[in-house]
Amino acid sequence: MKKKESTLINMVFVLFAITLAAGLSLGYVNDITLEPKAKARLAKKMKALNVVLPQFDNDPISDGYLLKMAEVKDSVEIYPAYKDSVFAGAAITGVSERGYSGLVKLMVGFQPDGQIINIAVLEQKETPGLGTKMKGEKFLRQFREKHPASFDLKVQKDGGEVDALAGATISTRAFSEATQQAYDAYIIYKEKNLISDN
Amino acid sequence: MGSSGEMKQNFLKGIIKENPVFVMLLGMCPTLGVTSSAFNGLGMGLATLFVLLMSNIVVSLFKSQIPNKVRIPAFIVIIASFVTIVEMVLEAYIPFLYEQLGIFIPLIVVNCLILGRAESFASKNSLTASIVDALGMGMGFVIALTALGAVREILGNGSIFEFRFVSEDANTLILFILPPGAFIALAYLAIVFNRVTQKAT
Amino acid sequence: MEYWVIFIGAVFVNNIVLSQFLGICPFLGVSNKISTSAGMSGAVLFVMTIATTVTYLLHTYILVPMGLDYLRTITFILVIAALVQMVEIILKKVSPPLYQALGVFLPLITTNCAVLGVAILALGMENGTLLKAVFFAFSSSVGFALALIVFASIREFLELADLPEGMKGVPINLLVAGLLSLAFLGFAGLV
Repeated sequence: MKKKESTLINMVFVLFAITLAAGLSLGYVNDITLEPKAKARLAKKMKALNVVLPQFDNDPISDGYLLKMAEVKDSVEIYPAYKDSVFAGAAITGVSERGYSGLVKLMVGFQPDGQIINIAVLEQKETPGLGTKMKGEKFLRQFREKHPASFDLKVQKDGGEVDALAGATISTRAFSEATQQAYDAYIIYKEKNLISDN
Repeated sequence: MGSSGEMKQNFLKGIIKENPVFVMLLGMCPTLGVTSSAFNGLGMGLATLFVLLMSNIVVSLFKSQIPNKVRIPAFIVIIASFVTIVEMVLEAYIPFLYEQLGIFIPLIVVNCLILGRAESFASKNSLTASIVDALGMGMGFVIALTALGAVREILGNGSIFEFRFVSEDANTLILFILPPGAFIALAYLAIVFNRVTQKAT
Repeated sequence: MEYWVIFIGAVFVNNIVLSQFLGICPFLGVSNKISTSAGMSGAVLFVMTIATTVTYLLHTYILVPMGLDYLRTITFILVIAALVQMVEIILKKVSPPLYQALGVFLPLITTNCAVLGVAILALGMENGTLLKAVFFAFSSSVGFALALIVFASIREFLELADLPEGMKGVPINLLVAGLLSLAFLGFAGLV
């Protein structure tokens, strides 16, 4: 086959055809991946919820809602858990922007009385091998079954009770700050919804 | 159409004589940026291999239809489409890898390796030869990235493909996971690669 | 204050070349002389700032409202390619001396991943505004220039160094880049 000449009509036609084909095929792929993409995002959230919440039989995501807090830029997400229609606890997101390289986002699960059940790390960009150890079992263990009212959520260096990660005090500080924020949100949530301690 | 011997030559050149990373220094940004673990290196390598293969096929098929003067923008649109497809598919089906590779997925577009092969090979050669060329070059890229990722993961994290062979608290050479380690590890890998291939030929 | 943080962050802490690995090709390719690296830096500064302005507007006012977010990569790279051509043509007409200084570097910029990378990164800024995005692009290109010029000035000395055979060329350049990156690591946590 002969090579097409570089006339204006040829050039415009070919470029137009290529962009059209590209646009159509991308639109098609976008359509078929839209649902799996949403599912993947939901699955990630569900996985974190399963880790931090006690046994529940409702759908915390559809029961969840957003809480505006004065010092928090984005709204706090709250996912309540119910077992046999009795409030069993809630998972709450906590954010700190004072990590070593920016945002640290957590999901903290609370018992109805405010005791921490478990914490899952949703987003972090900390130093690999140092700050990323905040996802490790050894670090997370110290928060479980602690009540933020009695367990001071500050790094030991700052007079609190949190045992900092080796070489990653700043990351630990951000982590504690985010946890504290989630607890503050939980208190507000409880007052608003008039949930008693039992 | 070349003989099978020629084809083999064509395939092997991408892995050894014209290895995109160690010899030609193409696509250095993803090479250094995402290789903090062997898995990430492999994932990036395979994503690039796919885009390279598809763009070589399309460019080779339509080479006589694309006027010379607009060939570069035409190639770029073709490559960018496949990159976007990879991006969407990864986000939908392998979200973990999508997060790890982050901004380097859209940046496959500007990987000089892909545009370079489209321009210098696929636009001048037959479909079969272009496929073989893409597979060879792509494999060369995959091998280089996986090797670099493996070295950095072993030294920096004490693990390989997430399989840990030291205890969780062990002190590893964290430097190799951090940005400087990428440059340093690649420097020594390049020396080793040159030594081995020089001896072989 | 906020702008100061963006500037320090982009130039030192998250230097696009030494800690984000964007624009490595020109970093290794055109850094053998200080004068050429200064020329390249100038061209990048120019194109990156303009490109981010255009892509940010395009993304916020056309792609997102129309739900065409997934066409981001393809539109951005086309905008950058077209922009580079336009800058070249305009510069030739308007300012021949500037064209003479930057002209040879302009075609190389289309495939400079730093330009596309910064255009995409600028979209992800928290509380982003156009002004912030453009300022971020400007700061990033200053960071690019800093890394390139420092690296070039070291390489000029390397030419005179007595090196073992295997180290010559690529490996020693990568090692120097590694040490430079290590030095920049010292800025981490500054903002």
